[in-house]
Amino acid sequence: MSHEHHGGGGSVAVAEGTPRIALVGSPNSGKSTLFNALSGLHAKTGNYPGVTVTRYEGLTQTPAGPVIVEDLPGAYSLDPISPDEQVVDEVLDPDCDRPTSPDAVLATVDATTLRRSLGLIAQVLTIGLPTTVIVTFTDELARRHGRLDLVALERALGVPVRGIAAGDPRAVGELREHLTHARHWPRPVIPPPTDPDEVSGWISSVLASAGYRVPDLDTRTQKIDAVLLHPVWGTIVFFVTMFLFFQVIFTVAAPLQDLVQSFFDWLAGLVQTYVPDSWLTGLLSQGIIGGVGSVLVFLPQIALLFIVISLLEGTGYMSRAAFLMDRVMARAGLEGRAFVALLSSLACAIPGIMATRSLPSAKDRLATMLSAPLMTCSARLPVYVMLISLMVPADVRFGPIGAQGGVMFLLYLGGAIASMGTAWFFSRITGRRQGQLPFYMEMPPYRLPRLATVFHAVWDACAAFLRKMTTIILGATIVLWLLLNLPTPSAAQLQQAGIDPADSGAVATYTLDHSAAGAIGHAIEPVFEPLGFDWRINIGVISSLSARETFVATMGQVAAASDPENPGTALETMTVDHGPRAGEKLFTPPVVGSLMVFFMFALQCIATMAVMRRETGTWKWPLIAWVYMFGLAWVMSFLTHLVLGAVL
Amino acid sequence: MSEITLTLSRRRVDRPAVIDAGAPSGHTGPGHALRGMQELHEGEQAAIVRVCDGSDAACARRLFDLGFAPGASVVKVRRAPFGGPAVYRIADYEIALRPEQARTILVGTESSEPVQPGAYAARSFAA
Repeated sequence: MSHEHHGGGGSVAVAEGTPRIALVGSPNSGKSTLFNALSGLHAKTGNYPGVTVTRYEGLTQTPAGPVIVEDLPGAYSLDPISPDEQVVDEVLDPDCDRPTSPDAVLATVDATTLRRSLGLIAQVLTIGLPTTVIVTFTDELARRHGRLDLVALERALGVPVRGIAAGDPRAVGELREHLTHARHWPRPVIPPPTDPDEVSGWISSVLASAGYRVPDLDTRTQKIDAVLLHPVWGTIVFFVTMFLFFQVIFTVAAPLQDLVQSFFDWLAGLVQTYVPDSWLTGLLSQGIIGGVGSVLVFLPQIALLFIVISLLEGTGYMSRAAFLMDRVMARAGLEGRAFVALLSSLACAIPGIMATRSLPSAKDRLATMLSAPLMTCSARLPVYVMLISLMVPADVRFGPIGAQGGVMFLLYLGGAIASMGTAWFFSRITGRRQGQLPFYMEMPPYRLPRLATVFHAVWDACAAFLRKMTTIILGATIVLWLLLNLPTPSAAQLQQAGIDPADSGAVATYTLDHSAAGAIGHAIEPVFEPLGFDWRINIGVISSLSARETFVATMGQVAAASDPENPGTALETMTVDHGPRAGEKLFTPPVVGSLMVFFMFALQCIATMAVMRRETGTWKWPLIAWVYMFGLAWVMSFLTHLVLGAVL
Repeated sequence: MSEITLTLSRRRVDRPAVIDAGAPSGHTGPGHALRGMQELHEGEQAAIVRVCDGSDAACARRLFDLGFAPGASVVKVRRAPFGGPAVYRIADYEIALRPEQARTILVGTESSEPVQPGAYAARSFAA
């Protein structure tokens, strides 16, 4: 986007002097719903400088012109306990005059949890900025026979108070009008107390003077919770829900992904037909269109994932699922909510990393992001299938279990264990510096998810992914294609090598063998030699950086198999061409085993790194992740090679 | 750090006066000794007496901000299987805490008269 500020990305471009309003509120207080209603689809997202906290900013039109609205991270208190809450404190600090300092504050409170929420309001009012309090869920308060006199509350607080029921467009329109004179909203004459005892008294007196009647317990929520949080039924429902969730992002997304893939195949075909045959044809059809296509196939998965996640969050089931899973996740130093991100990573680490947005603490977000790529994603599947068929004959069985399936299971298990171990490791490291956060999680009443909220979540996720795709991922794919395909061999070179220029398969093999990537494959041989990889496997490993499954096709090309998609047979007979092992079979069980382990651990995916960069706002974490996982992969592959070589 | 945050971070939510709350005033006899909140049975109601800041003062202040104030009444609604977190109803809403955090909150048997948050602490000061 043309108007993204460096470092503090996500600012909207407006004339100087445009009023700036910060939205403050606790999680679940309807703050983001209000933000979406005010800013529409024009919100800009970015990162606060130096922290993995996403910043949302939008523009809303009022009768007096545009107003900037900034949706601050949800906070229970201005006494921050996480980087997310520190952001709230820094933005609101009245002594710190930045261009991004707000002129006024909109504070949201859930009418049904008013007693707790007023604590935050008391703190916000002591800042002394012009403030309006927005009371949300007033419809739910009425449904549960609660009562609140907004006019009396306004008198008690000394600042304007507005009520808003879920999805009430008229109230939003009135609020827009109210925003026009934000700079002139009254500030509280006497700031509320900060002393713990006095603030409890202040809250009680405000509630009493506002005629607040506590809403009845939500019988609907109690009835549902009795089942969904039941030790037996709740656990069963949880596993069924997660199974369906996994089905949606894995199976339901598949035909949509095929559709995207066939569209790009068709497009590449068009280019091959109509662009005169040259290296440009290859770059356009395979490099650019193929590259974009291989990344865009993730879009249906991301959209579906965010539909399901925002439905789970909107209904309130996410908190229940996290509640049930917390004990298990705590062993890895994470909390229950990280479970969904790790589960999504079984389909693909990209939506998995994006799903970490639902985690409230930046520390957990990082630890989960770093562990997500180790879960066995669907792109590893073709690689595993090919390698397993090279190592284990299809008819070997241990009792009822086929050996091939058994190895596949071990690979999935290994990935999951590595992922949990990594989460544990990184939450210890980052935890030591930032201090352990206490775990607490509000259990909101069950509510019907709002369509607009679901739509916004999906839109945000897809737009962010596409923005990144068009820059980093596309660039990286093109570079990779050039490495694998340049220099183009001349006719004379082909003749010298005795290759028929009409045999496109042989030409492709020759090009790849003599490409820049081939040269790199030779150059990095010392690094991979201890793992048993030769320079041709190295080419495959380099090419798999664009997407792991590319390894299969590249190895096919390297082996000049007649069918590059099924190179198994040709690969089996491949021999080492130089060095001490010359003449021996290349794909011995120790080499295949070490390759499998390498793919289990290594972060062979540029797209994952790009998404990690987007979500953390810095290249630091994707680089740390890559180095960490490469180191892990190398050591584990080396050990596998050693052990298998000694045993077999 | 802003001025308000500095002020808030200096709060003492673990008031010395509240530590021996009830002991002289009589309504917590030997059978009603203070317990960690995690010891409550499902469905049991109790009054919060003290939010201990011994190991982690920031955590105690956060628990206070979440509504766990001396004098407030709390109900353990249900617990997760296998020693996981438990759901507590406090300040008219429900929140899940792990046993580690719940342990730092001491509760006493609730007196029969309705308790207003703040009032309990005030009475303790008087006693």
